[in-house]
Amino acid sequence: MADRIDLTLTVNGADHRVSVPPFARLLDVLREDLRLTGTKEGCGEGECGACTVLLNGQVVNSCLVPAVQAQGAVVVTVEGLADGERLSSLQAAFLAHNGAQCGFCTPGMLLSATDLINRCPNPSDDQIRDGLAGNLCRCTGYAKILDAVHTAAADTGAPR
Amino acid sequence: MRGYLPDFDVHVPASLGEALDLMAQRPGIFTPLAGGTDLMVVYNAGRLKPTCFLDLSRLAELRGIEEDATSLCFGALTTFTELRECRAVHQHFPNLVKSARATGALAIQNRGTLAGNIANASPAADTPPSLLAYGAELELVSPRGLRRVAYDQFHRGYKSMDLAADELLTRILVPKPAGRGFHYFRKVGTRQAQAISKTCLAAYARIEEGCVAELRIGLGSVAPAPVRARNAEAALLGQPLASLPVAAAREALLADMSPIDDIRATAHYRSVVTRNLLGQMLRELASL
Repeated sequence: MADRIDLTLTVNGADHRVSVPPFARLLDVLREDLRLTGTKEGCGEGECGACTVLLNGQVVNSCLVPAVQAQGAVVVTVEGLADGERLSSLQAAFLAHNGAQCGFCTPGMLLSATDLINRCPNPSDDQIRDGLAGNLCRCTGYAKILDAVHTAAADTGAPR
Repeated sequence: MRGYLPDFDVHVPASLGEALDLMAQRPGIFTPLAGGTDLMVVYNAGRLKPTCFLDLSRLAELRGIEEDATSLCFGALTTFTELRECRAVHQHFPNLVKSARATGALAIQNRGTLAGNIANASPAADTPPSLLAYGAELELVSPRGLRRVAYDQFHRGYKSMDLAADELLTRILVPKPAGRGFHYFRKVGTRQAQAISKTCLAAYARIEEGCVAELRIGLGSVAPAPVRARNAEAALLGQPLASLPVAAAREALLADMSPIDDIRATAHYRSVVTRNLLGQMLRELASL
């Protein structure tokens, strides 16, 4: 019988301390312990990217991260992208280009695209496809998402 | 239905020494855990039996890529992303870069590790064919000492390895190719990202005076474990690029494979496509 651990982590800039089983999924810690339900569960096996968050600045599938490995970590979820009511440029671009339809993949898409623009401020189509290859969307056909990422990258001020 | 959470305990050793001591004290009890990208999938599917994990992910001793004059040495925790981003890997081992790019997608590549890809022992893993092609060696450590095993001797059958219950895979050593080299890697999956291989072929050849002076071919998804294509290699070794015995090599490759039907492909498909990959590889080799 595994003892619970005291997990401390910073999520969207706020420090949290929760008592969880060591092998609890980061996804469940976020959704159930911290009530941050923006992060979605799709496949539960690292295929679909719906549960994507940033863990210490890297995109991860939160369904594949045991809580014990998030000890002391800095996490960003979709709730951390907007500044109050002000959307991030990427969120605004998704809205403008209809980059979301049912919306289930959108939190993961936004996190992967945020990471992509951080690493690669002026991405080519191929770089966007590579950066978003782990995020499945069954609605949009991806073209609108690519358009949104291009627009957001341009808005971020990188020379094209 | 996922596993029952209290059945899964995790020990977090502070050093490699502590990890080895724990494994020696209770041999066979601990399952090493690194990036979790394979183990968590099995857990999520409810197919993981109650387990005591040893979380190696924080051990600095297992991190980093070291380069010397003759080889690159990868710490066990080297991630696929680190492989993709390392200049020396691009320079000396382009197949390893392609293997890393072909593994899952970015979120998996950020977490999954080279040693995990080896020790999970999936026949469909994407770095093993490249490691076989480059003649990699594994460093295995226990309180009894350190030993090195040629990677092509490590897998003994399906999920069976030359790895004792108290041993950890700590480093992967890959000799730098010297001379005029040829590198080939191709994975065939349903799509480029995320898909698990239906078949995979990696090769490295050294060319001397217009002939194949050295050749290793690694195969994935066509046998119970990643395997060298020794029969095909033998058919090609020493042969001139101008007249490679393509038909004989394709025929010899049949003896290197024991493909099965599964959810991803049929044995027939694997057999035909893997021989076609060899054909493509030899066309590229001949046009050097």
